Amino acid sequence: MSGRGALLGWLLAGYAFLYAPIAFLVAFSFNDAKLVTAWAGFSWRWYGVLFADEALLRAAFLSLRIAVASATLATVVGTLCGVALARFGRFRGRGAFDAAVAAPLVLPEVITGLSLLLLFVAMDQAFGWPAGRGALTVTLAHASVSVAYVAVVVRARLAGMTPVLEEAAADLYAPPAEVFRRVTLPLLAPALASGWLLAFTLSLDDVVVASFTSGPGASTLPMVVFSMLRLGTTPELYALATLIVLAVAAILLLGLWLQRSNAAASGGQPIAGGAGRL
Amino acid sequence: MRRTVLALGWLWLGLFLLAPLAIVVTIALSAAGEGMPPYVPPLQWSGGGLKIAVDPGPFQLVLTDPLYRHALAISLRIAFVATLGCLAIGYPMALAIARMPERRRNLLLLLVMLPFWTGFLMRINAWIGLLNDAGWIPRAIAALGLAAAPPRILYTDTAMYLGLVYAYLPFMVLPLYANLSRQDPVLREAASDLGAGPLRAFLTVTLPLSLPGVAAGCALVFIPSVGEYVIPELLGGPGAETIGRTLWSEFFDNRDWPTACALATVVLVLLLGVPALALRAARGRAA
Repeated sequence: MSGRGALLGWLLAGYAFLYAPIAFLVAFSFNDAKLVTAWAGFSWRWYGVLFADEALLRAAFLSLRIAVASATLATVVGTLCGVALARFGRFRGRGAFDAAVAAPLVLPEVITGLSLLLLFVAMDQAFGWPAGRGALTVTLAHASVSVAYVAVVVRARLAGMTPVLEEAAADLYAPPAEVFRRVTLPLLAPALASGWLLAFTLSLDDVVVASFTSGPGASTLPMVVFSMLRLGTTPELYALATLIVLAVAAILLLGLWLQRSNAAASGGQPIAGGAGRL
Repeated sequence: MRRTVLALGWLWLGLFLLAPLAIVVTIALSAAGEGMPPYVPPLQWSGGGLKIAVDPGPFQLVLTDPLYRHALAISLRIAFVATLGCLAIGYPMALAIARMPERRRNLLLLLVMLPFWTGFLMRINAWIGLLNDAGWIPRAIAALGLAAAPPRILYTDTAMYLGLVYAYLPFMVLPLYANLSRQDPVLREAASDLGAGPLRAFLTVTLPLSLPGVAAGCALVFIPSVGEYVIPELLGGPGAETIGRTLWSEFFDNRDWPTACALATVVLVLLLGVPALALRAARGRAA
C-alpha cells in the first residue's frame, strides 16, 4: 500500500526538518571562519572564544543557580498542588483551585512577566522585600510558572496510581503526614524527578519572564544570548549550542540507563518519566 | 493536614498569580505619571479620606487606537497560520508514529520532543544562520533555479512562520499522537471489511475520531503563538508588530505602564475569557 510509504516518508522528512538545524549548529561550531555561510576548515577556535567570554560564563553560572533553586521550589509547591487535586476528592473551591494552578500554562509569557514584575515592584514599595530586582525575583518568577507544570506531572502520576497502598497505611493507623512521607512520596519519586527536570529546563530556556523580572547586573544566559542574537549570529553561540546538545544527550542516556536498570530491578513495568514535557 | 496543604496552595497562587493580575488591572485603570513607578494609583488615602481617581484613558486608547487593533489582528493571523502549518506537518507525523509497531513508538516520540530540550534560542540561532542573505537556504534556492538571486528570507514573515512552526511542532504532534494511538484498530478494520478503501476509512473513521486531539494540539500551538515575542523579534520583519512586541515596547521603550497593562488585560480577556464563555455555553446547551 503506497499510503503507508508516503506516511513513512513524511515522518522521515519531519525528522529531517527537526534535526537539520541542530546538525548545522554542531557542524559549524567547528568552522574556522567568522561567518557560518561557508566551510573554511576544522577548528576549535570558537570553543576558545566561548570559554574566554566572561560575561557569557557568568550569565551561564547565574542561570544554572536560578534554574536549580526555582526548580526545587516549584517541585515542592507543585507537588502540594498536584496531591491536593488528585487525592483530596471534592473540596470547596476545587474548580477555582484547579484553574488557578493550571493558569500559567496558558498565560502569554509577556503577561506573566509583566504582572510578576509589577508584583515585585509593589512588594518592594510596600514591605521593602525583595529589595530591587535580580536573581531572587527571577527565581521566584520561574518557580511560579513551573509550579503549573510540576502539578500536571504529579497529578498525572497520582491519577495512574491506585490509592490502595495509602489506604492500607491509613488503616494501619499511620497519621496522614506519615502516609504521605512513607508511602505517597516514594511512589511519586519518578514524577518528582521529571517535574524537577522540566522546571529546570523551562528556567534555563526562558528569555521573556527573566527580562521582565531581572534587574541590573543579573542577566541570565538566555538574556545575554538574546541580546547577541538581535545583532545577528556568531559561531561562538554555535559552540555553546553544541555543548548544550552534548549535555542533553548525556542526561538522556543516563535517564534511559537508569530506567532500564530500574525496570530490570522491579522486574517489569518500566517507570514512566524522564523526558516527557506533557 | 488537608487544610494546611490547601492554605499553602492558595497562599502561593494568591501571591504569584491573583495579586499580580489584580495589580495589572489596577494600573490599567491609572493615569500615567512621572517618577517610579510611572503611574498615579487610582485609590489613594489623602487627609483621612479615600480618593478615587480612576482613569479610563488607557483602556479607551487600547480599544480605539488602530495601532493596537492592528497588533491584535496581526497576532491572531500569525498564530492562525502557525497553527495550520503545525497541523499540516504534524498530523501525518503523529499518524505515522501511531501506526508503527508498539515497541518503536516511544523512541520515535522521544525523537520528536528531543529538539525541544536543546534550547529554544539555540534553535532560533540555527535558523538565523541558515536563512540570512548569504546563508545556505537562500543560496540553495538560487542554485536550484527557483529564483534569479538568493531571496531575502531572514527578517520576513516567511522566516517568522518557519521559526514558529519549527518551535511549536512538538506541541502539535504530542496530543495528536496521544489521541491516534488510543484509537482501536478494530474500527478501521471494520471500515475496510465493509469495503472502505484506506482513504475512505481515514476520512470516515480515523479523522473524525481524532478531532479532540486536533483541538488540543491547535490550542497548545495557538495560545502561546498569540503572545509570542522572541520569534517575531529575532526572525520577523519590522512589520510583524505583534501584541507581544507592542506590549514589550510600551513597557520598556515608552515606559507607559498603564497602556501596557490595559493591553495585557484586553489580551487576557480575549485569550482566556472568550474560550471559557464559549465552552460554558456549549456545555449548557449539551446539558
